[in-house]
Amino acid sequence: MEELIEKLKREVIEQLNLEDISPEDIEADSQLFGEGLGLDSIDALELIVLLEKSYGLKIEDPKDGKKIFHSIRTMAEYITEHQKT
Amino acid sequence: MRPVFIVSDNIITSIGTSTSENMDALKSGRSGISMTSNSLLFPSPLPLSLVDSGLLEEQFQFILKQYQKNIEASVFTRLEKLLIISIHKAISHLPQNFTYRKTLFVLSTTKGNIDLLEERYTAHFHHHRIYLWEVARIVANFFGFTNPPLIISNACISGIMALMTAFRYLRAGMYDQAVVSGGDILSEFVISGFQSFQSLSPTPCRPYDASRDGLSLGEAAGTVVLTTEIAKNASSPIRITGAATSNDANHISGPSRTGEELGIAIQYAMKEAAISSGDIGFINAHGTATTFNDEMESKAIALAGLLEVPVNSFKGYWGHTLGAAGLIESIASIHAMQDEMLIRSAGFESLGVPEPIRVIATNEKKKIKCCLKSASGFGGCNAAIIFEKD
Amino acid sequence: MDHVISAYSRITPGQVRVNGRIEYHDENFITFAEFIKPFFKRLNLGYPKFYKMDSLSKLGFIASELVFRQVNLDLYDKKRVGMVLANASSSLDTDLVHQQSISNRSQYFPSPSVFVYTLPNIMIGEICIRHQLKGENAFLISEKFESGLLFNYVNELLQHNRVDVCLTGWVDLLKEQFEALLMFVEPADRAIAEEKSGKTLPFSEAAMDELYKIM
Repeated sequence: MEELIEKLKREVIEQLNLEDISPEDIEADSQLFGEGLGLDSIDALELIVLLEKSYGLKIEDPKDGKKIFHSIRTMAEYITEHQKT
Repeated sequence: MRPVFIVSDNIITSIGTSTSENMDALKSGRSGISMTSNSLLFPSPLPLSLVDSGLLEEQFQFILKQYQKNIEASVFTRLEKLLIISIHKAISHLPQNFTYRKTLFVLSTTKGNIDLLEERYTAHFHHHRIYLWEVARIVANFFGFTNPPLIISNACISGIMALMTAFRYLRAGMYDQAVVSGGDILSEFVISGFQSFQSLSPTPCRPYDASRDGLSLGEAAGTVVLTTEIAKNASSPIRITGAATSNDANHISGPSRTGEELGIAIQYAMKEAAISSGDIGFINAHGTATTFNDEMESKAIALAGLLEVPVNSFKGYWGHTLGAAGLIESIASIHAMQDEMLIRSAGFESLGVPEPIRVIATNEKKKIKCCLKSASGFGGCNAAIIFEKD
Repeated sequence: MDHVISAYSRITPGQVRVNGRIEYHDENFITFAEFIKPFFKRLNLGYPKFYKMDSLSKLGFIASELVFRQVNLDLYDKKRVGMVLANASSSLDTDLVHQQSISNRSQYFPSPSVFVYTLPNIMIGEICIRHQLKGENAFLISEKFESGLLFNYVNELLQHNRVDVCLTGWVDLLKEQFEALLMFVEPADRAIAEEKSGKTLPFSEAAMDELYKIM
């Protein structure tokens, strides 16, 4: 799980063009949206693309996004759970 | 400041290649959006409003003969054919000479010949055709328009801006007449982009409705002819009397959360036209049927003090036609005004926006002397324009 | 009322000029990306949104920052600050990126953050967001820089009193071909740039042509 979390941090930084941020700056449990990284609605859509591109997981209902993308850890948990099936 | 009149127009959509065919459909509640399977455009079926290609080719061949052009139709792109047919239908019956140096030609388009980026077209067309200035040059040359075209590419408000700019320049005496044309074609480029925004509805769009879930895309072309002088016996001429744009300065794709800035554009347009809310017979708003756009518009309408004014969107009939939208929706608004009819906002059942705007649910006869057309677009832009009947 | 061009920025590969001063000069070839990012960092703006912009918007954004530093925007009602920009390539540089992302059906991942920049007026949106400018805005297209095209549009807005001031100019970028000329037009009696850096120019087609000639 920890390895996945580190990988995700790097992927998120790249997918969202967060150039002046490094993986060390992101806490696994910090909120991605709202304060923290200041992500917006386009970033939310990009994270959906990231899940599909890197992990083959399609999010059917974008409203599920809020729970899945709460933090890097919740993303990692979602990936681990759904990649099993 | 000179008055600016609208003397002729044309609409081309999936419904037909004339304004009258389109108005008949709107008045009888017939939509041009249908489930379309076309793997060149999108991997799965989608509700789209596509112009009939067979009809397009047939009418374009006819025009080539009319203008005695010894050129193959295949030399022109789909968009160019749409624009040329539309302009021809708008100007051919008019007595004026549009190659006159005091004629302004304005073109509105968001993506021009964007389909040419596809591999299947690369060998067939010169790479210059991807540029919007080249599209404008080809269309202008076809008709012998003398002046360099003025090209507006400003997202979904381009159509209104094209009318607005022509209005401003004619009013100021810079030109005596204007041919304002606009269009956009459906392409894999555009459809895939909107899909990545998760903003496409799986069914025909429902502007302002509580169960709306996204927009439907369409392709279209439209043309309006403006002049500063009309025949003395012209019946109920329509004038443009006010217009304005503004910017939300909030987000590049999501609209303002308050609607204040669209409200500003509306208020400026009303002030320029010297009218008050009671003068406006109806508002034809943008109404794309996305959650946020329709919500924002309801707030803007409230802020502008226009909650009592009937509102509709035409996107349930034609889909969102991008660079053509502002033009064809303005044309339909003008004809609705002339025909004294409030046209039902297709796709609407029950109100699903925060402010109690009066969406037109069924057709209604009404004497209308003035209407407001508004639009908003990516980049936070907003536009409003006022048409009046004398 | 007389209007003047009270500040301008001119960016071409290897050179940045602001109001006649050379702010940057490098004769060696470097890519646009190699140029714009360090230049942005030098400006110390603390605006991470910059990194999400496409190349065209980055260019226009930087060019506008250089101009706005020379004037005092707070003198004006932000709802009456106009923006009228033009170019030849529209958003073609980013269009090619989006097209690339959909060209292979087995690797079909269109990106919303790319697609949103496939409209040239987004650059205007970025500048408006940065400075909360809510006035008239327009994006026009022409084959080459045409001072008359911009002058007519801006002048009509000023004469009809729809805007008090206006940022106007040309921002074009396609791969490694790029250039920008942005100019701030304000009433002659409000211009403060004269104190900061010297002459202002009359707002005219001829003056705009002169500024464009600067390479």
